[in-house]
Amino acid sequence: MGGVTGFIIRRLLLGLAVLLLVSVIVFAATQALGDPARAILGRTATPTSLDALRKQLNLDQPVVQQYWNWLTGLVHGDFGTSLANQQPVSTYLKPRVENSAFLVLLAGGISIPISIAIGSYAALRRDRSFDVTSSILTLALAALPEFVVGLFLVVLFSTTVFHELPAIAAPGVRPWNDLKGMILPTATLVIAVTPYVVRIMRASMIEVLESDYVEMARLKGMPERTVLVRHALPNALGPTFQVIAINLAYLAGGVIVVEYLFAYPGIGGAMFDSVNSHDLPMVQALAMLIAGLYVVLNLLADIATILVTPRLRTRL
Amino acid sequence: MTLVADTPLTPEPEAVGPSPPTGRLLRSALGLWRTRIGITLAGAMIAVALFGPYVAPHGPSDFVGAPNSSSVGTFGTDHLGQDVLSRFLAGGRSILAISAAATLIGLVLGSIVGLVSAYARNLLDDGLMRLMDVILAFPQIMLALVALVTLGPKTWLIIVAVGGTTMPRVARVIRGAAQPIVERDFVAAADALGVPRWRILLGEVLPNVLSPLMVECSLRLTYSIGLVATLGFFGFTPNPGGADWGLMIFENRLALTVQPWGVVLPVIAIALITLGTGLLGDGVARAAAGIDRGRATE
Amino acid sequence: MSEVQAPAIVVENLRITLRNTDIDIVDDVSFEIAPGEVLGLVGESGSGKTTAGLALLGHCRRGVEIAGGSVRVGETDVLALDTLARRRLRGGIVSYVPQDPAASLNPALRIGTQLRETLEVHNYGADDEARRERLAEMMREVLLPDDPAYLRRYPHELSGGQQQRVGLAMAFACRPRVIVLDEPTTGLDVTTQAHVLNSVRDLTELHRAAALYVSHDLAVVATLATRVAVMYAGRVVELGPSQELFETPSHPYTRRLIGAIPHISGKRQLAGIPGRAPSPGNRPKGCFFAPRCSWKIDQCTVELPPLRSVSNGHLARCIRAEEVRAEAGLPSGETLPADAVSVEDAVLSLRSVHSAYGGHTVVHDINFDLAPHECLALVGESGSGKTTLARSIGGLHRERRGEILLNGEPLAASSRGRSREARRMIQYIFQNPYGSLNPRRTIGQIVRQPVELFGTGSDREADKLVGEMLERVSLTAAYAERYPDQLSGGERQRVAIARALICEPAVLVCDEVTSALDVSVQAAIVDLLAELQRDLGLSMLFVTHNLPLVRSIAQRVAVMNHGRIVEMGTVDSVLLNPADDYTKALLADTPSLEAATT
Repeated sequence: MGGVTGFIIRRLLLGLAVLLLVSVIVFAATQALGDPARAILGRTATPTSLDALRKQLNLDQPVVQQYWNWLTGLVHGDFGTSLANQQPVSTYLKPRVENSAFLVLLAGGISIPISIAIGSYAALRRDRSFDVTSSILTLALAALPEFVVGLFLVVLFSTTVFHELPAIAAPGVRPWNDLKGMILPTATLVIAVTPYVVRIMRASMIEVLESDYVEMARLKGMPERTVLVRHALPNALGPTFQVIAINLAYLAGGVIVVEYLFAYPGIGGAMFDSVNSHDLPMVQALAMLIAGLYVVLNLLADIATILVTPRLRTRL
Repeated sequence: MTLVADTPLTPEPEAVGPSPPTGRLLRSALGLWRTRIGITLAGAMIAVALFGPYVAPHGPSDFVGAPNSSSVGTFGTDHLGQDVLSRFLAGGRSILAISAAATLIGLVLGSIVGLVSAYARNLLDDGLMRLMDVILAFPQIMLALVALVTLGPKTWLIIVAVGGTTMPRVARVIRGAAQPIVERDFVAAADALGVPRWRILLGEVLPNVLSPLMVECSLRLTYSIGLVATLGFFGFTPNPGGADWGLMIFENRLALTVQPWGVVLPVIAIALITLGTGLLGDGVARAAAGIDRGRATE
Repeated sequence: MSEVQAPAIVVENLRITLRNTDIDIVDDVSFEIAPGEVLGLVGESGSGKTTAGLALLGHCRRGVEIAGGSVRVGETDVLALDTLARRRLRGGIVSYVPQDPAASLNPALRIGTQLRETLEVHNYGADDEARRERLAEMMREVLLPDDPAYLRRYPHELSGGQQQRVGLAMAFACRPRVIVLDEPTTGLDVTTQAHVLNSVRDLTELHRAAALYVSHDLAVVATLATRVAVMYAGRVVELGPSQELFETPSHPYTRRLIGAIPHISGKRQLAGIPGRAPSPGNRPKGCFFAPRCSWKIDQCTVELPPLRSVSNGHLARCIRAEEVRAEAGLPSGETLPADAVSVEDAVLSLRSVHSAYGGHTVVHDINFDLAPHECLALVGESGSGKTTLARSIGGLHRERRGEILLNGEPLAASSRGRSREARRMIQYIFQNPYGSLNPRRTIGQIVRQPVELFGTGSDREADKLVGEMLERVSLTAAYAERYPDQLSGGERQRVAIARALICEPAVLVCDEVTSALDVSVQAAIVDLLAELQRDLGLSMLFVTHNLPLVRSIAQRVAVMNHGRIVEMGTVDSVLLNPADDYTKALLADTPSLEAATT
């Protein structure tokens, strides 16, 4: 298993390298290019106020120095001070990160088991009515943008057809105390993620079911249940983990739309607000946070794949 | 789905095998009902976008009545009192043109990066793919938002932002499809003869990844439309106040309870066209997989 | 086989069709196997032999169904069983050894788990202790270690031979009455193959199991089987005791098949079978072999002849079986004289060539000269480094040291570093004709490509040249319009040869060019290469793992083992009087039709 530890360390270092590159790009896109002070204050700003702001943001220092200060701050957990509300970014973001994590985990926790089950079953019933129905449904849902799905749900359940569920989250209440308000945002995200996992699970399961070793298991008289659970499933899960990880990472992007749509108090809403108000430190922190999540999830997926694939363990 | 955009709708085309000649692929895709429905839906929406302005009863910015009234015209008025139907008929062009241009950029750049990466197999491959990883680490919508806020909502910027974030996704798929191809002996044979590298890429490798490329084409178009629409929904369009399906939803959302048409019409249009291109992509993917599978048993 | 003993399995009138159609893949197949007997089922690809073999377990692949006939094991008709009973039969009473052990063992499960579950599912043994005992016994029977640490390994941690032994252990675990072996040694080296074949023979005897050994390899079947059934286009065309069938083949197809096999003992021209076997749904009226048969008379095209007795226990599906049988001598080509070679002015010289992968040297210190008009065979098992060496010569493998000289001029490692002239003069033909032709280009475009790079002539001249080259390899100019997937494997390999010839090369490097092909096609390709080498005065490096094949094409042979040449000399001296121990072992392990039938 020494190989596995080495592998994880290598992937970790690779992930850190990607994060470092990400930080360069985030910094370049937000601070180094253009004139942030002018972007923040607008065209009507006076030279004095521009200078003051530049000083506050340390924009008068050399670019490399600015980057270095920012990066060392990041490493120490100091994301700077929000321009919009003058709070430390970390204080402002903490409850929002918790809220978003709750939403994403809830959506992931519901959609992943469901989609693995649907995908496997569709593979088993290949080309029969269940498979055809689920394939059309997943195809249709996958093609629709999140906000379209969300608006359909709102029209259907809140405003026009039925009037059962709130169209926006209750303000000032932590989401776990407002479960009724969670239903539509969660449902939108579940609908966004499920089709992909269903499809990759189905494809991967079909490939495994057509493999020689599954045929062999049947030819030595194994009951169908054993063939599926012991022989097919572990081999089909490997490729699926990667897709699940990527989808969870994109859930983080999906929340930007969903939180905006449902006025949900999370990082997505914060992202949208801070982008609009040119709140530089906030945008930088959120970008790093979301990119970091992507790197971590990919790392977890790699490790999970290694754990269900013995062949990969020795090849390391 | 704009944001969960990294996996193909149908993973089958990853199945490695000789790609069928393009003509045969298209014919076989057209034999599937889902392709035909997809073409019909997408075609109808493109027709609305193209010819809509000519049949609209009013100009898109004409004020025809009280705001949010449902009694004026066929579908009532919007939040400013403009005719919803006329704005709807005028609002498809920009979204479709921008999405198509962005998709084209993403496909061309992505294919180049993917092919070069697969063929190089060395540090260049590693470097290019890490670079793609960095772009992939951000959700498309986030990069697009940051770019638009930093530089302002300009048409070219939306195209570059959407196309640029589409590129790494295409590059990964094309690299994946090309990797087994560059390992095949006919590429080695061309190498041994000393065929120039660019001719190997264009003449030997590219024709063999055309079917995944065609699948990507409709898939990425689907996502680009969704993404451009989402940006409009966030209020980012090159011409504020102009007619645009995404923007209509943004403007009329607050009045959803009293005058739903201003939201419902463009939502349906976006849904139908993404469904159409999605079905089309799935049809091509299925045809490619079917032909490959049929050949494997020969 | 003992006459009085009741057969362990009886197959009657087996008919297998494409699902929901009337198109048969296999029809009218009947045979029986006695306990302890091995019946060889021989055929080329597409003959339906595997499909027929799987039917013995009541199994068909996707899109195929058993449409008629019966498979009786004792009193039970396998085909009439319900799902549960069929499941109990599989692995318990009738078991299966697959072709590709690497793909047939579950990569995610330890081999111990996979063996144990076979015993458990069939309730073999009274308790866990008894099963553990049987498991250890099985491992010993197939000559594998029986310690728990070994059983905890995953399939990928075993070699190909060990994987196939695990497959055998699994098949014999519950002491089945019938065992179907589907080409279990394809892809294994001859040495490993010899060991696995010994295990198969011992185990069937030990357990008194009736074995059906499905294979395309006549020599292997002749070594192992007591009786042989030959399949062609979904029908058994000949069935009889092994020795008698190979000595006095009574169906023209069997005769031609035997004629296509190379022999170690003497240099013989190989005779391929022209044409190709008809696919299901495209079979001609009358005898299916008639279109390719030199014995054909008008009556052959009237109806498919029945399988009828030609002597005691020997059946053939041919209306002229007696005449075929009576023809003297085996139907192989004439014996050729061994030719002498002088190596004075070498075309190609290797001077202490080493090749490596990622710093790991796999080819050590190779020195030899290739004379003009000479064919040198490079023989070795998988992993011997022969292909790496060939690719180094062809400029396809860059990591090499030492010198490769073409007419005295040193060559760069990579083909791109070589002169145009050097690239033209050395042509490489690949092992797998399914991979070496771009499926998206026409045959004409493929063959033309070198002309566009090297040639100076006009388009019309190029077209004419392409046509000539296609005819030179026994195709027609009309092939230029087709795509590779419209061609058979043999035809594709001819196209690859044409692409090499159009360069007017001095040296042809042939890397296992026949290993992906059926024997009858292999014979035709080797015959073509030998003829081209003779007529055009080419020098040829013929890389192969097939020792007997060397006989039919090469003048000299070099034997490679672990990246070194262990023995080199004229074909006669090396094959008849090997000096090196490795060469001796290789020769001893190579199954041969002559050794088996005399």
